[in-house]
Amino acid sequence: MARLIMFIILAVVILASAVFCVTTKRIMRAATALLFVLFAVAGLYFILDYSFLGAAQISIYAGGITMMYIFAIQLVDKNTLQGMREHWLGKKTILAGAISLVGFATVVLVLLKNAFIQKVVSADALSNEVNMSDIGRTLMSADKYGYVLPFEFISLFLLACIIGGLVILNTKKDGNNNDKEETK
Amino acid sequence: MIQIEYFFILSGLLFFIGVFGFVTRRNLIAMLISIELVLNSVDLNFAAFNRLLFPDGSEGMFFTLFSIGISAAETAVALAIIINVYRHFHSDQVNSIENMKW
Repeated sequence: MARLIMFIILAVVILASAVFCVTTKRIMRAATALLFVLFAVAGLYFILDYSFLGAAQISIYAGGITMMYIFAIQLVDKNTLQGMREHWLGKKTILAGAISLVGFATVVLVLLKNAFIQKVVSADALSNEVNMSDIGRTLMSADKYGYVLPFEFISLFLLACIIGGLVILNTKKDGNNNDKEETK
Repeated sequence: MIQIEYFFILSGLLFFIGVFGFVTRRNLIAMLISIELVLNSVDLNFAAFNRLLFPDGSEGMFFTLFSIGISAAETAVALAIIINVYRHFHSDQVNSIENMKW
């Protein structure tokens, strides 16, 4: 029962912050609302007894990605801080609302009306915590349920992203003087 | 006891709020923020499926873990591209990028 109350509180926070995030005119407020959504999703992971996942969500998403967004907003546009120069396009908003409503109705209908879930749903689900040594052993094992191959792939992928980001941001050969002139 | 249907409805709503923002926004960073909402709803669904339907395994948890890492890398590269676009066009609206080559 306590879990249910916590779930309802977190769900209200998530939905209100998400709606505010996509409808506000100021982009800095959108980033702040995104931060609240990320924290509340981490709270849902804690409710589901995935403590490691909640910690990863807080440290990577709320700590890292939101900081990157704020840096990018500060770097990109001074006018966005005073308010985005975007007006509500009537036709596009109606179209987006129709797409969202139809998609949501379809997804919820499919998820709620199938008979598969009622068969496999287990009663004693919310009880067992995945402990840290199991997580570490599974991530580094090459057995049947091991994840050493995706683990190595994601390290390569992060290296490729670092190199790609540096290459994208360093397109000019004679570099620094032009950049300084442009930023002035 | 939380029913699994509550998680379905919550993550479905979060997903389509993100889709709504992605379609309506004209600012590149705001579109990227909407994509983050979509990614979070999918991660939440992975974790809820794993915990409430198959509590013996932990596949959904590892999928969510890898998904968090990959979305962090994706955000970094996308923000680098957006900053580069702003350097070239001095605008961060989607309409400013009409040609692939300048």
